[in-house]
Amino acid sequence: MGTTIATRLTILLPPFLALVSAFAAVTFGLWLTGANALQVFSALLEGAGGDQYRLAETLVKACPLLYTGLAVACSLHAGVWNIGAEGQLLLGALATAWIGRYVTGLSPVLGLPLACGVALLAGSLWAGCAALLKNKRGVNEVISTIMLNFIAAGLVSYCVHGPLMEAGAQYPQTDLLPESARLPRLLPPTRLHLGVPLALLSAVGLWFFLFRTKGGFKIRATGANAIAARFAGIHVQRQLTLGLVFSGALAGLAGGIEVCGVTQRVYEKFSPGYGYTAIAVALVGQRSPFGVVLAALFFGALEAGSVTMQRVAGVSSVLVSVIQAIVVFFLAAYSTETVRQFVRRKINLMSMFITAIGLLPRAFHLL
Amino acid sequence: MDFLFALLANSDALLHSTLVATTPLLLAALGETVVQRSGVLNIGLEGILLAGAFAGMVGSYFTGSPVFGLLLGGFSGVLLALLFAWLAVGLGADQVIVGVSANLLAAGLTGVLYRGLFGVTGQALIVTSFPVISLPLFGSVPFLGRALFQHTILVYLSLLLVPVIGFFLFHTRAGLQLQAVGEHPQAAETLGISVSWIRSSALIVEGILGGMAGSYLSLAYSNTFIEGMSAGRGFIALAIVIFGRWRPIGVLGAALFFGAATALQFHIQALGSAIPYQFVLILPYGLTLLALALAGTRISPPSALGQTYRRE
Repeated sequence: MGTTIATRLTILLPPFLALVSAFAAVTFGLWLTGANALQVFSALLEGAGGDQYRLAETLVKACPLLYTGLAVACSLHAGVWNIGAEGQLLLGALATAWIGRYVTGLSPVLGLPLACGVALLAGSLWAGCAALLKNKRGVNEVISTIMLNFIAAGLVSYCVHGPLMEAGAQYPQTDLLPESARLPRLLPPTRLHLGVPLALLSAVGLWFFLFRTKGGFKIRATGANAIAARFAGIHVQRQLTLGLVFSGALAGLAGGIEVCGVTQRVYEKFSPGYGYTAIAVALVGQRSPFGVVLAALFFGALEAGSVTMQRVAGVSSVLVSVIQAIVVFFLAAYSTETVRQFVRRKINLMSMFITAIGLLPRAFHLL
Repeated sequence: MDFLFALLANSDALLHSTLVATTPLLLAALGETVVQRSGVLNIGLEGILLAGAFAGMVGSYFTGSPVFGLLLGGFSGVLLALLFAWLAVGLGADQVIVGVSANLLAAGLTGVLYRGLFGVTGQALIVTSFPVISLPLFGSVPFLGRALFQHTILVYLSLLLVPVIGFFLFHTRAGLQLQAVGEHPQAAETLGISVSWIRSSALIVEGILGGMAGSYLSLAYSNTFIEGMSAGRGFIALAIVIFGRWRPIGVLGAALFFGAATALQFHIQALGSAIPYQFVLILPYGLTLLALALAGTRISPPSALGQTYRRE
């Protein structure tokens, strides 16, 4: 047991080093521009966890990142890239807003699963398009999911300006969800909603599916080595489809939960790029569901803290995007074989050096 | 029908705005064509455009010269491309990861620097932009003059680059080597071609072209910078490269088509047509998916596209 925990910890080492390096780099950058890095980071920290309300806000911001991060991680386990979490999230949100019009008067016990269910369905269908294109026509899923993102954004824009626009209002947004489709708030006055614990549950569920079931094993085997998996009798194309569809389902759910729990309606620019940040979340979490939970919390804290940071330290809140990007750059660099070999060589040199120092007194004795 | 007549009556303006909308797409897509021909898929192109737009505006703002802005824009694109080259080509990191983060970095950095340099005024900064050059003789032709020959220098330059890059790719030694690297890097390396050198050079070319395309947005398309103003053009350029089948002539055709779609979208909005403008907006993406789905394996990208090459 001890070794497995140790190996799990070494998996988290590159992301940890990447975080430290990124903060060092950002500190250096802030120092160059003459900003007070200490003030910036303490404002960020205060904004993310200064009091109960802000802590809850961190969790609320982490929620869509957790769902979409799990989505990207799931596709990566199948060996495919889902760059389309953004589009799947948008369509999921749109589906929820659309069905929300018809669940008025229903009991929440029925209305909520319905509202979130259609989101899940919409997301998985959207990802299914990419899977279909890949399997039937050999289309690279990176390209197709990017294109699908923009089509989804266009559809959202059309719907909130057209068929789903709020009745009698001037703003391009959908109707408010009826009470029966809203996720209950857990700690009023904070915005913490039931979707957050559900997200944690989804992480456990994904872990169980991937690592404790036959279906999950087939997906991971395909992702690890598709050719070997085919020789072992695994239907590779089906696993790719499943990986993408499950991924899309989680991303769609992210949108549905965000509508039911936080915004209660859909508008243009509904997502500030959750689906793209999700890629960073999945990578920093090293594709492991529990790693993704930690990464989503970290990125959620950054998002939540950015507002306070902008107000107190006067640095634009988009600095958070810079931090996120640099973390992933360092992580990508640290994960390459080139850097690993370099580090290994350095460690070997260091250990030789240390042994040599340890041997010195003995050498003197011999003299 | 009224709408169609209105469009016809304005067709010289439509043609004019088509060329204006095409130019940044064409410049960016030509850069991406060169890069993808060398086997690198750079989805960080959107970030390069945004960096170029910001740097172009800054350069023009502080010197009053759009030419200097253009140079700074190209330079910023090269910086981002070099970062990509170092991580994805030098160290061998995943191209998709590096590309996605490059977009994130550009979005964040331009925002931070913009607000750091100019504050949050809510007012758009107007900078000196490129003058319209009316070509002598041609510029005064009644209909075509306004449509084709009254543009900024970048429009003519981007059109000129089509045959130049075509000649480079298919008729020069370096261009053929670049294609070899994109098709089979191991074989190319065996012949003594340095894969990482070729790919890095291709990325630098893309940095220059993408940065210039971005500068075009802030120095000719509009004369200001708005956060996130590249607005997905980098991704449309990716679509154009596929649509144009990795050939400069095809890329020109696709860029003109998508440029026309963009121009049409504004005219549709202005003329109050019944067609929702969003449908025109998603046209490039939908058509690209359709083309990929229909042509399937007949559209063949460079064989080694997107794969990390490690020297053995």
